[in-house]
Amino acid sequence: MHEFRVQVGPAAFRIGSAWSAPLEQMAELYRDYPKPDFTDFTVRLEPTGWLRRWLRPSVAIGGDYMLPDAAPLPLAQGLLAAEMAMNLQMALGWRRHLLLHASAVERDGLVLVMTGQSGSGKSTLSALLGSRGWRFLGDEFVLLDPANGGVAPFPRLISLKNEAIGAMQAAQPDARFGPLLAGTPKGDIRHMVPPSDAIAQMAQGGTPALLLFPRYGYSGAVREVAPGETFMRLTQASTNYVALGEAGFTTLTRFVKSVPSRAIDYQSGEEAIALVEKLWERLA
Amino acid sequence: MADPKTLYQAEPADARIVEPLDMMTLIYQQRSGITHMVGEPVPQMLEAIGCDVVDAATLAARLAASFDLGGQDDAAALIAERLEELAELGLVERIADA
Repeated sequence: MHEFRVQVGPAAFRIGSAWSAPLEQMAELYRDYPKPDFTDFTVRLEPTGWLRRWLRPSVAIGGDYMLPDAAPLPLAQGLLAAEMAMNLQMALGWRRHLLLHASAVERDGLVLVMTGQSGSGKSTLSALLGSRGWRFLGDEFVLLDPANGGVAPFPRLISLKNEAIGAMQAAQPDARFGPLLAGTPKGDIRHMVPPSDAIAQMAQGGTPALLLFPRYGYSGAVREVAPGETFMRLTQASTNYVALGEAGFTTLTRFVKSVPSRAIDYQSGEEAIALVEKLWERLA
Repeated sequence: MADPKTLYQAEPADARIVEPLDMMTLIYQQRSGITHMVGEPVPQMLEAIGCDVVDAATLAARLAASFDLGGQDDAAALIAERLEELAELGLVERIADA
């Protein structure tokens, strides 16, 4: 079994694999991240059957937390399998923060949180803003600290899908990208290494100041979202709200009562960035 | 049809956390770990019940002191229905007739 360790924000992972290739890709992409001595989660990439290690190999995900019906992926998508497994451990196992399925960027100690369904553009927007004077905090999970309501960064590799791949390569030609993973269950995927400041400062959080529900593909508009609707949508966007019990409730109500919330529609990255900057300016 | 003679009791106020938000009120119930998202008149009813054992008519009379409930008889029947709904949610308990 080959092994790779990585620290992402407050979470430490150990990834074991029957093959070296996916871990070599991870070691390259995560080369600037800390390597922890102790780990919170263990993930394993294993052959689906003993012959499968050599013969049309396919990867099954194992770990501390598992979904019994997770479909195996071809070995060429081993990196994706590892990333999905790390997400799964966080979603099902993390208890130190309230997790929101959302992206986040920071400026002057204040955090912009963006949440929405797959395809809303929250991941691409956070990556774009990360190259425009904001610090990228994460594109998958926002971690809210029950003790003080702050956002802890979780700057994993940025998972770009389909058209977002070309858009980000054009916007950030100097960034480091993983291999193109074509024909995955979510279409084409390519991982991008977050900007260096995101990795260097990943222990340093911020105070949430604005929540956006972006929606890609509709003509530009901004709508205020009432706290009640925000609360409902965020309970749906949280993977561990119920598991945290009272801590989850107090953390989420504090967030909803203190952070203004807007839904924004946009048709291009530039339009979204202009909307974000305008809304942010009004907060100041 | 709710029986207007049924008696109900709510948990002590410190067994739940109540957070009013614009058009709804959140009630986190510590015993069950459930978050209830409720509208009027649920928070007002729970407050009016307090720690007492009440039937619909008693509760209607208490609420009528603070709110315009229209006809008192209709109000008691409506409150009886709401109490049944609260019992289904676990926010009040039906108790045996005194």
